[in-house]
Amino acid sequence: MFDSVPVAGMCPQGAYGVQDSLRSGFTSVKNELLPSHPLELSEKNFQLNQDKMNFSTLRNIQGLHAPLKLQMEYRAARQIQRLPFLQSSHLALDTLRGSDEAIGFEDILSDPAQSETMGEPHMMVEYKLGLL
Amino acid sequence: MALSNVLQTPAAGFNFDNAARNTALEGLFDGGETPKPLKTGTTIAGVVFKDGVVLGADTRATSSEVVADKMCAKIHYISPNIYCCGAGTAADTEKTTELLSSNLTIFSLNSGRNPRVVMAVNILQDMLYRYHGQIGANLILGGVDCTGNHLYTVGPYGSVNKVPYLSMGSGDLAALAILEDGFKPNLELETAKELVRASIHAGIMSDLGSGNNIDICVITREGVDYIRPYQESEFKDNRKMKYKYRPGSTPVLTEKVVPLKLEVVLETVQQMDTA
Repeated sequence: MFDSVPVAGMCPQGAYGVQDSLRSGFTSVKNELLPSHPLELSEKNFQLNQDKMNFSTLRNIQGLHAPLKLQMEYRAARQIQRLPFLQSSHLALDTLRGSDEAIGFEDILSDPAQSETMGEPHMMVEYKLGLL
Repeated sequence: MALSNVLQTPAAGFNFDNAARNTALEGLFDGGETPKPLKTGTTIAGVVFKDGVVLGADTRATSSEVVADKMCAKIHYISPNIYCCGAGTAADTEKTTELLSSNLTIFSLNSGRNPRVVMAVNILQDMLYRYHGQIGANLILGGVDCTGNHLYTVGPYGSVNKVPYLSMGSGDLAALAILEDGFKPNLELETAKELVRASIHAGIMSDLGSGNNIDICVITREGVDYIRPYQESEFKDNRKMKYKYRPGSTPVLTEKVVPLKLEVVLETVQQMDTA
């Protein structure tokens, strides 16, 4: 789920790509084809795109092994987190990326620790494991 | 209450949930308009002189046709040796410069050095390009560092220009005319301050979106002199009397107290099963 950049960012969520009307409401072709804000898609994939660009530059400069080793460390660091409905600090991942020493809009706006909605724990874990 | 349609915690950062609703609302107002964000409608200018950089700005913030703030501070602190003037949407310039300042402070704490102006410019450029101009911030960055005195401008789409003198904002043409006429390389301090003051004054006189007082900020190797206001507007109105009335000056005729009775109608406890 984290390895590839989704081409159609607005793919329906249900099994086999069919819209799950019970959970996500009725479909509308316009909603699925176009994001409503010009930045929505680029912001959703921004971190992924940055990583891909950096890894590919690193591969061109230092050979295949450098990004390979780094990606292994990223994978390991990404697994250090709590269950999905709890807040994890992502400390190891942040340190690897260097974002523990930088402040951006994602640190000030919409802090997930203070979000007004809460997900149901069982469903969130099932979604994360792909069992939903 | 736990919502069953939230399958992932919402991502941090900008939230685009209301974008579709807003575009739908725009068509519904029948000729009326959605509220516009507060723009600064500004004149800002900067000049590099012999010992450093002089930045100047007016102090009016407009919200369409109304002056929203008569003493708005448009020269923002970035680091002890770098200051930034901002034109465009007021909130955007404010927040962007605050983020920049925080990032550069972290850098100085890490490395023990004052940041260079190019670093500020690069961070801003990356940040503004990422948002493709949706963040409306036209910034003039000026500062003194170990490599010399620098003046840069950063546009909302991430364009950067390094120049010896500059003006931005809605009054920039008037200000630029004065700067073009009076600028020479290696000016003295007082001449530079007078040049910037005259250019902002020209912007104030010729542009409706700029006005009120003039702020000047002089940055040199020795330190920063932030003069606010450098020149006050001669059209400043003085209040004729005090309009605050002391408590008790209005007589109370009658008083009626009605207690609000609340009764508990229904109480439910929903337990979250996290066993």
